Amino acid sequence: MADHQPDALLPLPPATFHILIALADGDRHGYGIIQDIAARTNGELKLSAGTLYRSIQRMLEQGLVIETRDRPEPEFDDERRRYYRLADFGRRVARAEAARLAKLVEMARATGLAPRRT
Amino acid sequence: MRLYRALLHLYPVSFRNEYGGQMCEIFRERRRDAANPLAILALWIETVFDVAANALRVHLDILAQDLRYTARSLKNSPAFALTAIIVAALGIGASTSAFSITDHVLIRPLPFADPDRLVRLWEDQSPQGYDQLEPSPANYRDWKRMSASFESMGAYANYAANLIDSGEPRQISGAGFTAEMFPVLGVQAMLGRTFSRDDDRPGAPGTVILSYAMWKSQFGGDPSVLSRRLILDNQPYTVIGVMPPHFVFPDRQTDLWTPMRFAESDFQDRSNNYIYVVARLHRGVSRTQAQAEMRLIGTQLQRQYPKDNVGVQVDVSDMRAGYYIPNRSRMLLKALLGAALCVLLIACTNLANLLLARALVRRKELAVRAAMGAGRERLVRQLFTESLVLALAGGALGVLLAVGIAPLLVTLVPNSLPISGQPSFDFRLIGCAALLTILTGVGFGVIPALRASSLDSAGSLQEGARSGVGGRREKLRGALVIAEVMTSVILLVSAGLLIRALWRVQSIDPGFRSAGVLTLRTSLSIVKYDKTVKRVHFYDTVLSRVRALPGVQSAAYVSFLPIVLKGGVQPYTVEGHPFPPAEFHNAYVRFATPDYFSTLRIPLLEGRDIRESDSADRLFVCVVSESFARRYWPNESALGRRIHFAFADRTIVGVVGDVKGRGLERSAEPQIYMPYKQNSDEMLFYSPKDLAIRASSNAMVLMPAIRRIIHDADAEQPISSVQMLSDIVASDSAPRAIQVRVLGAFAFVALLLAGIGIHGLLSFAVSHRKQEIGVRIALGARPARILRMVLREGLALAVAGIALGAAAAYIAARLMESLLAGVQPDDPATLLAAVAVVLGMTLFGSLLPALRAVRVDPITALRSE
Repeated sequence: MADHQPDALLPLPPATFHILIALADGDRHGYGIIQDIAARTNGELKLSAGTLYRSIQRMLEQGLVIETRDRPEPEFDDERRRYYRLADFGRRVARAEAARLAKLVEMARATGLAPRRT
Repeated sequence: MRLYRALLHLYPVSFRNEYGGQMCEIFRERRRDAANPLAILALWIETVFDVAANALRVHLDILAQDLRYTARSLKNSPAFALTAIIVAALGIGASTSAFSITDHVLIRPLPFADPDRLVRLWEDQSPQGYDQLEPSPANYRDWKRMSASFESMGAYANYAANLIDSGEPRQISGAGFTAEMFPVLGVQAMLGRTFSRDDDRPGAPGTVILSYAMWKSQFGGDPSVLSRRLILDNQPYTVIGVMPPHFVFPDRQTDLWTPMRFAESDFQDRSNNYIYVVARLHRGVSRTQAQAEMRLIGTQLQRQYPKDNVGVQVDVSDMRAGYYIPNRSRMLLKALLGAALCVLLIACTNLANLLLARALVRRKELAVRAAMGAGRERLVRQLFTESLVLALAGGALGVLLAVGIAPLLVTLVPNSLPISGQPSFDFRLIGCAALLTILTGVGFGVIPALRASSLDSAGSLQEGARSGVGGRREKLRGALVIAEVMTSVILLVSAGLLIRALWRVQSIDPGFRSAGVLTLRTSLSIVKYDKTVKRVHFYDTVLSRVRALPGVQSAAYVSFLPIVLKGGVQPYTVEGHPFPPAEFHNAYVRFATPDYFSTLRIPLLEGRDIRESDSADRLFVCVVSESFARRYWPNESALGRRIHFAFADRTIVGVVGDVKGRGLERSAEPQIYMPYKQNSDEMLFYSPKDLAIRASSNAMVLMPAIRRIIHDADAEQPISSVQMLSDIVASDSAPRAIQVRVLGAFAFVALLLAGIGIHGLLSFAVSHRKQEIGVRIALGARPARILRMVLREGLALAVAGIALGAAAAYIAARLMESLLAGVQPDDPATLLAAVAVVLGMTLFGSLLPALRAVRVDPITALRSE
């Protein structure tokens, strides 16, 4: 899958980056990812089911996430649900993307386009 | 919820199977969260757009992936890819060009505005034996005045004229148009204007409209050509317009149009039939209604002019039907179409075979992918994409091929039609051919591969599972090869019969010897040379100097050389042989100078040649052809007999051999030759135009000297049609030569494709029977035996194909019997030759795989399993 060079996948589509962030804390199922992203962005970004699974399909192919077989306790589980976990490669890609964005913001600050750190 | 599930069908099956359930789940939760009807509505709108947009993207993702995969898999088997593309290209290219030219000539409406409303009007003189005769100006004027069925009506006539601009004078062909003609046809000038009524007035200054081709060739496409002055037959004309390129009327030879003006004297004689009439029907008036009205008018005119219009009626005919498309052209186009269909058929069977073989080879690969979780739908899509890519690449190449060979097919468009020589490309036709290839590709590429991959994927994966050789699929592939062989036999036999017919026609004796005779035409202007005596002076000056040129054996002038003008006949009467009333006998009218017969080597059988002393004040004489003499005086001499012909009583002084005046394949009327000095001024059309020069060496080197001689005789006189007499004779069988070339090319392509087919099938069979062959060799089978085994397989297919092909070829040959010039459709030599070629091709196609079989190393073959 890809050349296992995190940089090859940058820049990431926003949805992909959000999904990677949502999975950073732990495994989640599809609707869980949507809710997590909505919570982090104060409801500004609500991924649709189509965008989510299209992204997930591609991320699976690229090796950013994996489908996990570890499931929660049966009383909390719904067997139709599938859970996704951040792959090591996904973590490296997410870090690379974060670094890339940080560098951009740094540049913006230097030219006064963004507020300086207080 | 059910609605949402239905919406999900927009996604590819694989995606839906994978994520559909969870997407429904998410939708359900959202639906639960939506509190009021407004929120529900918003959710639905959002969802619909979301599904549509994302489904499209998923499809595109898969397409991109499949294309990448296709590129990789085709790169891995370039021979297969190249063969498939070339095969598809040949099929699509050949059939597209054949279909488009047939459509252009036979089917498509004429290129005029609203062509269905255009009709031609003829004089119907059935009692006299002419059902479509050119009308006379007087009748045209009355029809136009009395009829109500037509929106407009116009007339035209063709003529040849000498054009003097800068440089060499040249002969052009023009058409006189009444002012109504351009509006009737519904065409506008590309530059300038068309004629107005003022241009038609007698005495108005001369105006001329140029054809696009003339404008390009003579005036270099100069846009400032308007208002330029030209001299046509000594009269000044001003250029007022240039027509668009597609406008060719009455035919492709027309260089320019001038107004047709009628003087009062033109309306005096109702039997002066020389104009063509075209009319445009009123909207809602049918041709039958117009015909009925014109019948009434015809009857009325008969009553009004009982002497002139006796038996004269009016015929209203469809514009396209009014054009004469020679039967042979029609036949040839049909043969071409048949050949193209054969090639397309072969191309499709070949493609099918290639894909079938590939499907078998890929069985394992597909089984692996299926085992790794690729759904059936994904595999179908993958194979479909691959077939599509092949078909499209083949189609693109095929279109290039069709565009490339289009100029070669121009010769198949009859000159007589008012359509351009090049058919415009019809993308519907290309689409049809492409669709057929795609269907073939999909039908034979996807379905068998799929069947191979389904069900027994476990079996396919087992080491040593032999890929399905033998059985049904093998039989299907064999049948396809038989069909290919059969079709190529049909084409080979047809092409072979046409070659035989061409040879036969070319060996027909035209009645004269054409080798070493140079010919050219000087059409003397009717205005400048209005009397025979003026013309005689010109001929004498030219001939005396030409005959004196070194290397010239003899030279003579004649009205028209044989084959150049196929007609030119008039009725005659014979003293002592009265014909029943209303019975006509025609003979060729030819005025000639002395030496004409010796120049063309037409044998003088009896009596004498035309002499210089046969002048207008002496006894009017003539020389007749053998068939004429034999018809009226079978057992006695024709010399001294008298006939009435070409406005005079004439005495026969000589008999010469018959000449194939209408061309090699047609019987011709008898010929009557008369001294050039004994022509009447009413028959200037027949006064000598064609100069024939027999030279001992290469006659063409004489041309500069001859041009100087003619220039000295009349500096304004154009020279046209400089050609060898042998080329004129060859041009008569040129359509045949073209037929042979076209059909021969198709036959060659078919043979090539069938060869590829046999080779492909056998190589495949050999490589998949390596193990069996290895065992045979290990058990002591000799190489010759293995060779025989493979060859026998190829031969069996060829023999079956030949047997079927021979039968079908006979039927095809019967259908085109009229093209065969008397060669029998079951001509054994042709059939044997075709069979030999096909057998040779089979042998050639099977040899490589057979040799590969012999070289099979039993140890590696057995180990590999």
